[in-house]
Amino acid sequence: MLLLLSTTAVFAQDASVQMDDALRANGKIYVVVAVIAIIFTGIAIYLFTIDRRLKKIEKEK
Amino acid sequence: MKFIYQTWWKVIAVLLVFSTLFTGILLRVPTLPILHETIRNLYFHVPMWMGMLTVFVVSVYFSIRYLRYGKEEDDLAAVECVNVGLLFYTLGFLTGMLWAKYTWGQFWSGDPKQDSAAIAFLLYCAYLVLRNSIDEEQKRAKISAIYNIFAFPIMVVLIFVLPRMTDSLHPGSGGNPAFGKYDLDNGMKIAFYPALLGWSFIALWIATIRYRIRLIENKKNAIN
Repeated sequence: MLLLLSTTAVFAQDASVQMDDALRANGKIYVVVAVIAIIFTGIAIYLFTIDRRLKKIEKEK
Repeated sequence: MKFIYQTWWKVIAVLLVFSTLFTGILLRVPTLPILHETIRNLYFHVPMWMGMLTVFVVSVYFSIRYLRYGKEEDDLAAVECVNVGLLFYTLGFLTGMLWAKYTWGQFWSGDPKQDSAAIAFLLYCAYLVLRNSIDEEQKRAKISAIYNIFAFPIMVVLIFVLPRMTDSLHPGSGGNPAFGKYDLDNGMKIAFYPALLGWSFIALWIATIRYRIRLIENKKNAIN
């Protein structure tokens, strides 16, 4: 997405501002969303698991 | 502080941020020259600062508490909040620099906002260095608490006040339209406000995890 953007930056003086319609038109924008969703879900699961581990250790003490 | 052991607010935070991954990328945004789609950075870069602010405010609260009551846990809470704040500070910097590369042309352009933020970053790093230089726990806690209480308003002025008063390219400063309350397109609020809230609580969550680890380590050392 960023690579596309760097090419569109050249056209900044255009009256019509180019947006990310290419990725939207061919549906690949959902790939972008899926990638960051997976990354974030992974991080969230990690946080939940260490939180649970901590709770266990605290209970033992 | 039973709150820090509960799960409900953590789930809400995760769901809020998760929603912004979809609303932030898929919903329509205003078309503006130079920015193009990078206006969506608002949903991810700005919440990093919100998370940092939240956690630094909590840190100052605990620093004041330590000075009042002298309980070691308050000092631990303060330092762990600063640690997480610095993490989000770094993320804010990295995301901002990447955005700047594609909108301003360079990763770093000596912009007042960037420079001021860098100075305030060093200010908080100095807090950690200060702590490291004092061996005795109570003295360390007291001196660093006082430093923290002073560092916070200086950071606020450096990041939020100073850049607005000079020529800065950064949105919100130097006469540039901000993406704030009055300038913000209503459609963008759907992604922006949940992101601010969600990331703030995630920052708090990470801080509480670090704090709880510290408590256990502390107890273990005390027994020995």
